[in-house]
Amino acid sequence: MERWFLIVSTVFFFLGFAYSMFALGAGVARPSRWSFAIMLAGFVLQTGFLHLRGQAVGRCPVTNLFEVLIFLSWAVVLLYFAVGGAYRLSLLGTFTAPLVFMLQTVAQLLPAANAEPVYKKSAGMWPELHAAVSLVAYGAFALACVAGVMYLVQERLLKRHRLNSFYENLPPIAELAVALHRVILVGFVLLSLGLVAGFFAGHTAAATIFLAVAVWLPYAALLFLRTLHRVSPRRIAWLSVGAFVLALAALGALGFFHL
Amino acid sequence: MDIVCLGLSHKTAPVELREKFAVADGHLGEVAARVAGSPGMGEAVVVSTCNRVEYYAAGEDAASLVAALSAHLGDVSAFRAMRGEESVRHLFRVVSGVESMVLGETEILGQVKKAYQTAQQAGATSRHLNKLFQRAFNVAKEVRTQTSITRGAVSVGSAAVELAAKIFGKLDHCNVMILGAGETAEMTARALQLRGARAIFVSNRTYERAQALAGALGGKAIHFDEWEGEFEGLDILIGSTGAPHAVVTQARLGPLMARRADRPLFCIDLAVPRDFEPAVNDLDGVYLYDIDALQGIADASLQVRRQELVRCEELIERHVREFGEWLAAPRPVMPMNPRTEGVK
Repeated sequence: MERWFLIVSTVFFFLGFAYSMFALGAGVARPSRWSFAIMLAGFVLQTGFLHLRGQAVGRCPVTNLFEVLIFLSWAVVLLYFAVGGAYRLSLLGTFTAPLVFMLQTVAQLLPAANAEPVYKKSAGMWPELHAAVSLVAYGAFALACVAGVMYLVQERLLKRHRLNSFYENLPPIAELAVALHRVILVGFVLLSLGLVAGFFAGHTAAATIFLAVAVWLPYAALLFLRTLHRVSPRRIAWLSVGAFVLALAALGALGFFHL
Repeated sequence: MDIVCLGLSHKTAPVELREKFAVADGHLGEVAARVAGSPGMGEAVVVSTCNRVEYYAAGEDAASLVAALSAHLGDVSAFRAMRGEESVRHLFRVVSGVESMVLGETEILGQVKKAYQTAQQAGATSRHLNKLFQRAFNVAKEVRTQTSITRGAVSVGSAAVELAAKIFGKLDHCNVMILGAGETAEMTARALQLRGARAIFVSNRTYERAQALAGALGGKAIHFDEWEGEFEGLDILIGSTGAPHAVVTQARLGPLMARRADRPLFCIDLAVPRDFEPAVNDLDGVYLYDIDALQGIADASLQVRRQELVRCEELIERHVREFGEWLAAPRPVMPMNPRTEGVK
């Protein structure tokens, strides 16, 4: 049952992406209403999957890389609803849907996806808090990556005077820059909290700390440079994409080495 | 029951003739009531804008209506007379912006609404024109929401404003500077002001001209060799000088941009020869549009609107048919509008 929730939710995210692309191609002025509804349906199914999975494993469902990726996808969509509404970044759905679709598809292709969930008593508050908060931070970074791509697309269209339906549906570039900064800030604060929780949870292996710092440091540097106005929004957009790729690699390494 | 329209517009009559028949806003109701009270007439609405003067009337037969309107207007040789379905179609086209000088403009809808309300308050309308105009407003709404007839900017000024909104979002925190004192630059600055632009600075080689334009725009004049001093607070820079060479170069703008932190700069080059070196567009955060680029945007929008005409006409035609069916349907005889009866 839970697996069907996940499969149907993945289909919804694919449909969300496909519909938005179709609407943009057809020059429909406001593709956001349907995109929003489809994203919402996908999110409800994701939540259903995580709830059932959580009951099956007896704790926060982040016990293997498959669950981690699904939880990350859920966090991305959760933050999309929070940030998308606040900044009216309607087209964020168009860019978020393919990312979530990709994450969920990759997750379901992993060997861990077919393993039966193993019930295990919770190790306590700190490990669960560490995992959940860190993954929501990753969700924020994923959304920052999406906003960064949107910024770069809009910037290119404006610079080259290509005012097509993508341009019309993308938010103003100055608002994108502000949203991008705020999402990174939210992610950074959450990741910092997650790292503190990890420390209390006893995750003190050198490799774990190295990977955690490898993710934390680029975002810290990015925010510091932004505060000093030493880096343009365009570079921040590129860095947000690069930093998220690095963060995903670190997450993969954590899963691969079972750290 | 029949409906007629006698009208002249920018398409059929020069301004000299239009102004001769124009009716001031304050008299629209009074004129409509007088026309509605004429023999053979039941209801009337008078629409008078800078581009059209139109009399809509409803009564028992079209010939009597046209005769009554002719008697009221005197020489109607310049007017186009439309009867029944043709007059209904015409009104639907007018309120939808299809008949406007700027295709798809929406101001006409407000003007027709006002004319109708004034006539209604003066007691010059009853069931048929009430139904006709209310249907017309629904048609206009449908056309606007279901087609792209109103989409995009169709002038250089509005194209610049749309681009500014796409760069900054709301313009109420934007500061604008005009280099030079050209007419198009003034119009563009006014359009930006209408959308909320906060402050306007004008810098010109002749300081007196800068002062005059700044005064007209409610802005501040700056000496031409001092404009860079205001640069840090600028969001939109409009070039409109008569200089034979580029006034704003990449080499000059680069260091200035570094002082602005991360705020974007929208450069609008309305001058020929151009005021901005094209390489300025390569700077991070700078978006440069010259007069050709802006005109191209306006032309493309107009093209889109023209392509939408077919869809608009299909939609209008459906409503014309439905209204015709309503008009032809037998219904119990109602007394004439008591207020217009009184006018008789």
